[in-house]
Amino acid sequence: MAGSTAHGEALDVSSLRARFPILERRVHGRPLVYLDNAATTQKPVEVLEAEQGVYLRYNANVHRAIHALGEEATAAYEGARAQVAAFIGARDPRGIVFLRNATEALNLVAWAWGRRRLRAGDEIVLTPMEHHSNLVPWQMVARETGARLRFMALDERGALDPDALDAVLGPRTRVVAFTHCSNVLGTITPVAELCRRARAVGALTVVDAAQSVPHLPVDVEALGCDFLAFSGHKMYGPMGIGVLWGQPRRLEEMDPFLGGGEMILRVELEEATWNAIPYKFEAGTPNVPGAVGLAAAVAFLRAAGMEALAAHEAALTTYAMERLGTIPGVTIYGPPAPRGALVTFNVEGVHPHDLAQVLDQEGVAIRAGHHCAQPLMRRLGVVATARASFALYNTTAEVDALCGAIERAREFFHA
Amino acid sequence: MPDIRAGGDDQLEELYREVILDHYRRPRNRGCVDGDGAVAVELQNPTCGDEIRVSARMDEGRIADLRFEGRGCSISMASASLMTEALRGRTPREAIAMSARFKAMLMGETIPEAEVDEMGDLVALSGVARFPVRVKCATLAWNAVLRTLGAGADGD
Repeated sequence: MAGSTAHGEALDVSSLRARFPILERRVHGRPLVYLDNAATTQKPVEVLEAEQGVYLRYNANVHRAIHALGEEATAAYEGARAQVAAFIGARDPRGIVFLRNATEALNLVAWAWGRRRLRAGDEIVLTPMEHHSNLVPWQMVARETGARLRFMALDERGALDPDALDAVLGPRTRVVAFTHCSNVLGTITPVAELCRRARAVGALTVVDAAQSVPHLPVDVEALGCDFLAFSGHKMYGPMGIGVLWGQPRRLEEMDPFLGGGEMILRVELEEATWNAIPYKFEAGTPNVPGAVGLAAAVAFLRAAGMEALAAHEAALTTYAMERLGTIPGVTIYGPPAPRGALVTFNVEGVHPHDLAQVLDQEGVAIRAGHHCAQPLMRRLGVVATARASFALYNTTAEVDALCGAIERAREFFHA
Repeated sequence: MPDIRAGGDDQLEELYREVILDHYRRPRNRGCVDGDGAVAVELQNPTCGDEIRVSARMDEGRIADLRFEGRGCSISMASASLMTEALRGRTPREAIAMSARFKAMLMGETIPEAEVDEMGDLVALSGVARFPVRVKCATLAWNAVLRTLGAGADGD
């Protein structure tokens, strides 16, 4: 299954695949072809061993224990913070807040920054292609504060021109929040330019990088944003660990979101003072094995090489768009390349649910539905779509398997 | 039967029986019941976005007309089409009982021999029981009709 790819000389896909035991599985008697990576990626043995290693060798609570295990656990947890910071180009590890996932990270900004600072009539600028996790928290905060939501317009293919921001930017714009890479359209947004223009009017910039950090080299200093959120499980790391990166001065001006242990400096019966960043946002015992597992995923990605990985996935995505485009009745959504490592499409006469069901019987796992982006689905004029999304271990042979299975689904439904 | 490769496809044949594909391609009673006394209910399946609108008109204590509109997968649309045929002419009490039997079948319960005839073509949807994710597709129209009858949608 681990065939060569157009850019295979840079990325050694077959030896990378060997790090993922789950890829040897068979599903309904066929080899697993896992193309639902935008939902969650599989995990290499390095990550699984690192996570388990915490519990096997040095499990202890972090930051307060005066014993060897506690010191080792603290060193591993803080080491993970430094590695994740370096991976996204953050100079100061204090900007890394470990949370459960990107959803929690975006909620933290919306509640801890937005609810406290937004006033009636202030404006929050978003795009119409946000995942619900970067839309619903802002809707909730807007309802509570009286702030208004405004939306940048996409072009007819779903690309975002920075001028679309100028059209909605105004004196009341306080927040500009947007995805780096759409989980539906694959659109890659001009983050640095959008941040530059938002900053010029004094607006806070929040980037949902859940679909970009696993697939592209990301450098927060170069992007120039205030906040950037991503999930560990979409980048070969464990579920239950995610990251909010924030400019340290922004984090410092925010009050905590959750109260409890770890986030305090001094507690009296009537009041408390907050710990330093990032700890004031990490109330309670953190997910130490998750953070250590995420650091192992980061090391795995660095060893593979983000540039090589991005080139491999770009070649695979282009190949998939070409192959799918030759199947009669297939509509592909989203802009042309360069784009994210996913293809969203529909097959005329075959509902995405039915398509996913037939593909599953062929061992091919894709996603069907609204992809947590119902407003975007309505804009596309569909109730649902099918999506194939790629990771570093996918091959052109797997894209061929996808296309073959789609052909069989068309026969089955006489489409 | 539709031709599909042998192998793991028995389950697929079990799910997509010919009756279902037929009702999907040629839905019965598609449309909207208008006029005095017509009741309509719209429902969505939040997991996939499928939408359905079921409208009914009662006459002399029976469902005189029953139609559906909507967009969805073959299972949800075929189930809606089969439902309109199964419930037309029935009293609300009979319709609620039939709905309970249908849902029990989707939960994997065996249909008693005496009721198989009564269920008619609905039995074609029994294969859905092996695909838990698809049960919501098959029950969408039924939950909508239960609401038109003022019965609520149990278990959903």
